[in-house]
Amino acid sequence: MLAGCAPGRGSGEINDPFEPMNRKIHAFNRGLDAHVVRPLGAGMSGGEGAGSRAVAAVGNFGANLAQPGRAVNHLLQGRPGPAARSTLRFLVNTTVGLAGFLDPAGSDFALPEEDADFGRTLAAWGMGEGAYLELPLIGPSTQRDALGRVVELIIDPMRGWLNRDQYLIGVAARVVSKAGERGRFAGSVDSILHESADSYAQARLIWLQHRRHELGQEGEHIDPYAE
Amino acid sequence: MTPMPNEFHHRSRRGFLGLIGAGLVAAAGPAHALDTDGARALIETSLAEVHAVINSGRPPEQMYRAFEAVFARYADVEIIARSALGPAARQASAAAFAAYRQAFQGYIGRKYGKRFREFVGSRIEVTGAKPVKSFYAVTSIAYLRGRSPMEVEWHVSDKSGKSRYFNIIIEGVNMLASERAEIGAMLARRKGDLAALTADLQRAG
Repeated sequence: MLAGCAPGRGSGEINDPFEPMNRKIHAFNRGLDAHVVRPLGAGMSGGEGAGSRAVAAVGNFGANLAQPGRAVNHLLQGRPGPAARSTLRFLVNTTVGLAGFLDPAGSDFALPEEDADFGRTLAAWGMGEGAYLELPLIGPSTQRDALGRVVELIIDPMRGWLNRDQYLIGVAARVVSKAGERGRFAGSVDSILHESADSYAQARLIWLQHRRHELGQEGEHIDPYAE
Repeated sequence: MTPMPNEFHHRSRRGFLGLIGAGLVAAAGPAHALDTDGARALIETSLAEVHAVINSGRPPEQMYRAFEAVFARYADVEIIARSALGPAARQASAAAFAAYRQAFQGYIGRKYGKRFREFVGSRIEVTGAKPVKSFYAVTSIAYLRGRSPMEVEWHVSDKSGKSRYFNIIIEGVNMLASERAEIGAMLARRKGDLAALTADLQRAG
């Protein structure tokens, strides 16, 4: 499956040999969003009241549990600075931030979240992006990022520190925070998923461009005057 | 990352000078070649107008029309519309293209205006400008309430005879590339019928 992961992809190119299968999964994900995730997200992010603050707190809690995994990935990418800051962030929010429900590290200690995942680590190690994939429930990905997700489940330090129930609570908290995000970005997500003429192609393009930007790859420069 | 007060002062002063600069660029027209300061000033002026619309508190429909007017004033709508349509633009008659271009402008005003309306209480700071290939890239950072800051890059050219921006790249997501895919899909759905696409665009966004 990872045979297609050769490096050397030109910027802006889309490698999608599994498009027919991806489109079927996209249709499923889109239906799931319309009938479950969107209503849930809308209910959670309604206004500025106690409800949305509660969602934010659960989101903080879930995100905090991801910090040790992030620190490991920063280390694997040869970035000791962000690894140390992620560890410190975890310690501050777990203690002062009341088990991670609050985010004093970000608001008072200038320790914002610094994203790191194993897909990014694989990219730092020189692995090519591979083919585009749309995963059920998760959405847009690539072969490299899908592999990263599997490895992440295995190397996450929290699995060693928490018992099974505690770990599942953490996973649930992360799902809640994702649904909350869906509510906050409702307009943008609706525009791509439910108002576009070809939502599959839009989601694929936007996700790939954004992901490559995250990984520090320069996007293609379009010069319409030269065409 | 709270900026020092004097930094704020500096920024606002530069913004003011930028406004004058943009006025000069507009007045000088094609005779005055574009440079990094001119490109920067164009984006700062355009952003100031977008912010004025966002914070005006007008009803959505009026706001979308105001965004469309700002877009028409500072963006090279002609080249963006042409590029989004792709090869079909070359085959279209002048009248058919003009109708499509007009509908496209309204579609952009509504589609991006809806996103901009979520920017209430935000600020965008221009952070730099540099030449890239045959045009200029102006970089800025958008600070939105309750979200991490976003990088927004503007591509500015005077190839049309006037200094205008022709692309916006938000966190790596390229507006021209997205609209090429979207307009391409809309045209394909109408089996290449430009008039039908134009009619669809008048309602879309």
